[in-house]
Amino acid sequence: MANRYRNSLVEPAPVRWLLIGVTLLFLGVFLLLPLIIVFVQALSHGADVFFGAFADSDTKAAIRLTLLTAAIAVPLNTVFGVAAAWAIAKFEFRGKTFLSALIDLPFSVSPVIAGMLFVLLFGAQGWFGAWLSAHDIKIVFALPGIVLATVFVTFPFVARELIPLMQAQGTEEEQAALTLGAGGWRMFWHVTMPNIRWGLLYGVLLCNARAMGEFGAVSVLSGHIRGLTNTMPLQIELLYNDPGAYSAAFAVASLLALLGFVTLALKNFLEWRHGDELAALRGK
Amino acid sequence: MDISIRNLGKNYGNVTALRDIRLDIASGELIALLGASGSGKTTLLRAIAGLESIDDGSIRFGDIDATRLSVQERRVGFVFQHYALFKHMNVLDNVTFGLRVRKRSTRPRSAEIRRRGLELLDLVQLKGLEERFPTQLSGGQRQRVALARALAIEPRVLLLDEPFGALDAKVRKELRAWLRQLHDEIGYTTIFVTHDESEAHELADRVVTMADGRIEEAGAAN
Repeated sequence: MANRYRNSLVEPAPVRWLLIGVTLLFLGVFLLLPLIIVFVQALSHGADVFFGAFADSDTKAAIRLTLLTAAIAVPLNTVFGVAAAWAIAKFEFRGKTFLSALIDLPFSVSPVIAGMLFVLLFGAQGWFGAWLSAHDIKIVFALPGIVLATVFVTFPFVARELIPLMQAQGTEEEQAALTLGAGGWRMFWHVTMPNIRWGLLYGVLLCNARAMGEFGAVSVLSGHIRGLTNTMPLQIELLYNDPGAYSAAFAVASLLALLGFVTLALKNFLEWRHGDELAALRGK
Repeated sequence: MDISIRNLGKNYGNVTALRDIRLDIASGELIALLGASGSGKTTLLRAIAGLESIDDGSIRFGDIDATRLSVQERRVGFVFQHYALFKHMNVLDNVTFGLRVRKRSTRPRSAEIRRRGLELLDLVQLKGLEERFPTQLSGGQRQRVALARALAIEPRVLLLDEPFGALDAKVRKELRAWLRQLHDEIGYTTIFVTHDESEAHELADRVVTMADGRIEEAGAAN
């Protein structure tokens, strides 16, 4: 008799456990295990070897380059992302769907193709190649190229986080601000920004993690010059392919893995602390 | 401030939203724009505010030709159906926003801004709620904050877009009476949009009926 009134919207316990179990197993094997192995391998020869890996000058240069690249690419993409999200969420204009599709382009294009695109444009035999070498500007095999590749690949993160948020919030608050006498910039800074700040931070975190970890596009553009144009992911590949530096590769890789964990932790912390505000700002 | 509108026209592509609108509103009048959805009443209100552009015609506030003025320059007080309060600011900051974004040269001192804000809150009977946030208020309270916010800039004209549409019947009746009383007290030229005929006749000095982008009846004084 008690079974008759079981809530039919809840799966029976065995189904629930099966689904949760499969998910955990999948995530565990494909996500968690590799990350743990990275740390295990990194420390397998002891702390000395671990810290020794970071004493190498080429590795230090690679870490600096990654940090510099992210320091340029992330702010750029933040500004572009906000601008693009603003245009799409607040205005009607011809070509809006096209712009929307364009924003998603970096996600659908293989990073290697993205890298080759820039080589085609700016390489020595590229469309602008002659002009660039005439003016002694190096893009390919130098920092500008690496930054370009990174900006391209990580562009969607901020925009995609902001677009649905800004669409849900609508334009009424901004209109109200205008009627009260606020100019465009004040309206943006005092009304729009505070409403999107957590979504923006979210997007920036993801953009940063990806910017630091980008391999494919940067690999095509960097030229792999040790100590000069190797970012961390490229340096890791280099070390990994060198039989004598196997552990060093994992040591450096563990840094990137750590970055991944920190990003996730921050993201979850944001959700936990400001989840209510995030939901409220979405217009509920 | 009296308002005069001549030959106002607005199109959205092929659709004519407003046709050859001619309207005169005397200073201090409380006018209702009454009509069904699609009659153009909200478009007209927003055009007066400058939130919509117009294709033909002119709008004057007193001696000033407002047709080419930006939203900010027109200094209209606008109250939205869904309040449009700034969610992340408390009530006092909402109300004083219009004063705080003024240029240095015309901005009152902070103490004066605060005083005016509190005074307005008192006027709309929300004394003591200045530290609250919009999400902590009821619909009726939010709309009164929105009204105080619009009044803070000492607007040339007060425009209300179905101000009680999002509220339940009882609150609607209360606020109607309260708005009429407030208008009698402070006397701003006011235009409000509604689709509710009884509300229009109860509140307004004059009811202007619209249909199909045109004014059907400019209304006689109540």
